[in-house]
Amino acid sequence: MKGSDVVIEHVRKSFGDFKALDDVSIGIRKGEFFSLLGPSGCGKTTLLRIIAGFESPESGAVLLDGRDVLPLPPDGRHVNTVFQNYALFPHLSVFENVAFSMRLKQASESAIKAKVDDYLNLVELQAHAHKKPSQLSGGQKQRVAIARALINDPSVLLLDEPLSALDAKLRQHMLIELDSIHDKIGITFIYVTHDQQEALSVSDRIAVMNEGKVLQIGTPQEIYEAPATDFVAKFIGETNLDEADVVSVDGQMVELNAEGLGIIKVTANDPPPVGSRVSWTIRPEKIRIAMEEPRSARNGINAVFGTVDEPIYSGFQSKFYVRTPSGKVLKVIKQHADWSDEGPEIAWKDSVWLSFSAEDAYLVEVKR
Amino acid sequence: MKRVPGGPGAIYAAPSLFWLSVFFLAPLAIIVAYSFLTPGARGGIEWTPTLDAYRAIANPTFLKVTFNTILVAIGATAVTMLIAIPCGYYMARSKNQTLLLMLVMIPFWTNFLIRIYAWIAILGNEGFLNDILLATGLVDESVRFLYNRGAVMLVLVYTYLPYAILPLYSTIDKFDFSLLEAARDLGASKLGAVMKVLMPNIKGGILTAFLFTFIPIFGAYAVPLLVGGTESYMLGNLIADELTKSRDWPLASAISLVITLVTTLGVLLLLRANGANVLGGSGKEEQVVPEPARPTSAFGAAR
Repeated sequence: MKGSDVVIEHVRKSFGDFKALDDVSIGIRKGEFFSLLGPSGCGKTTLLRIIAGFESPESGAVLLDGRDVLPLPPDGRHVNTVFQNYALFPHLSVFENVAFSMRLKQASESAIKAKVDDYLNLVELQAHAHKKPSQLSGGQKQRVAIARALINDPSVLLLDEPLSALDAKLRQHMLIELDSIHDKIGITFIYVTHDQQEALSVSDRIAVMNEGKVLQIGTPQEIYEAPATDFVAKFIGETNLDEADVVSVDGQMVELNAEGLGIIKVTANDPPPVGSRVSWTIRPEKIRIAMEEPRSARNGINAVFGTVDEPIYSGFQSKFYVRTPSGKVLKVIKQHADWSDEGPEIAWKDSVWLSFSAEDAYLVEVKR
Repeated sequence: MKRVPGGPGAIYAAPSLFWLSVFFLAPLAIIVAYSFLTPGARGGIEWTPTLDAYRAIANPTFLKVTFNTILVAIGATAVTMLIAIPCGYYMARSKNQTLLLMLVMIPFWTNFLIRIYAWIAILGNEGFLNDILLATGLVDESVRFLYNRGAVMLVLVYTYLPYAILPLYSTIDKFDFSLLEAARDLGASKLGAVMKVLMPNIKGGILTAFLFTFIPIFGAYAVPLLVGGTESYMLGNLIADELTKSRDWPLASAISLVITLVTTLGVLLLLRANGANVLGGSGKEEQVVPEPARPTSAFGAAR
């Protein structure tokens, strides 16, 4: 693996009374595609700017391969940035934009030509080399920005919401392209985004941030399946999140008394004592919806009865809001049936049975 | 789309065309005509063509004044720009833009002549500045600040500074400062980022500011008249003298034409060298985003 490992230790930064970063520590591995994910104002961009050298923290350290880079100016760090609005130089052609850092280093004309052509090839823009940035589309500008940052052979590439200005289709396409560039170049990517879909689909690991704090660091699966806090559960994807009391504990299996649902079983990585008030979550697509009562063949299947409050059809799937007799509403997502599914179609006001496995339901936070 | 000759464009242009021809071209034509005529006995002209006015221009006094005018204009413009660029930069980056903009505009609320007299009150032998210097014992007798080239330059810079600051401010305000961070990120030093990225992108504003100061300073009249001495005489004063004292209107016209020609020529050369849109502000190019390629459809047949 090329690239550097990046260690962020106890970084604090405030703007006036606003705590942008509150004791943030993250370890990023060599060559990793690492995402900083959170809503706007969570501190992710500030952290990126600190790594790039545009902001300095009040305390803490940023280590690149074990060396503290905080005393170095932006031009002294082996790090390059792809800016949110691309920040292409409007007075220079695509070629000269990409050649900018090499010209500063006073590389020879032939070396510049060869390397710039290489990188324009990498991002498939060789045909547009002579154009000015204002003549390019959003996706093309994005690629110039990437080539311009990569030509400097950084050991870490910082990407600040690089796709936010693109439309949804192009964003998907660029995301795949970014991933393949990462595979080719092999350096560490630190990717800032507020879009959980983006982060889930390309990252090796994700740090979820909110209000200047890191809430959870983990692989996309870990973060999606086993959120560490209520905020993470709600921020990543759609979910059912509710509070309940712990009734009994059996290894990692915990029985909860959930209002409106009765006794249900969920998984807990670190089970709390009986009597604790906890929050728990189940993803809507992990719930099975059917007209007939499930035959719970194995232990750990929770079954809940309810009526369909509102079915929402969205092409490849349907979402149902199902209300239990005591008024609790659960979201359920059902992938659309193919020819082999012979069950009746579920409609508004239908009585249905919901079932989900204790292994798919997680205990999130212990409230008290 | 093709432009249709005699289309509505001509009608839209008519009012401004009328205005320009009556109030700009016609007077210019009169000045050109006068410069080739004989001066009348008590001002005015007689309709006898002659090149006397142009012969008179070729004398050493005129050349000396021309030289002085060029010197003062270049000097004062340079000083103005050196102050205006950092000022415009600071204003564009400040949080109190409206307040600072007001401060730049405030001088315009007072008549230009009164402001010159204010400078006389400050710089005069018994002026404010000398009072302070004498009171603090820094000097033993009044310093003669007024009636020299320095005073002319000072007051000219003071007068035309807002005209330079405003276009620079508006251009720099439109500048995307993340470009400087991008330059730093790509390895440029602070100064390198300013020279290689900021400067080329605010070229239009610098050019506009330059023209807005250089042209009026080159034709300055009131300032050298009121705070200047004999050695700081400028072409504007020479024209006034020829009009009012010597009553040689053809000579005054000839000198005016020289000013017009020099400034026009200078401006044209500058524009060509820069290839910039002078009044367009930022010099940013028009946004041309190519349409993504799409398959030719049966409905999209060429018209």
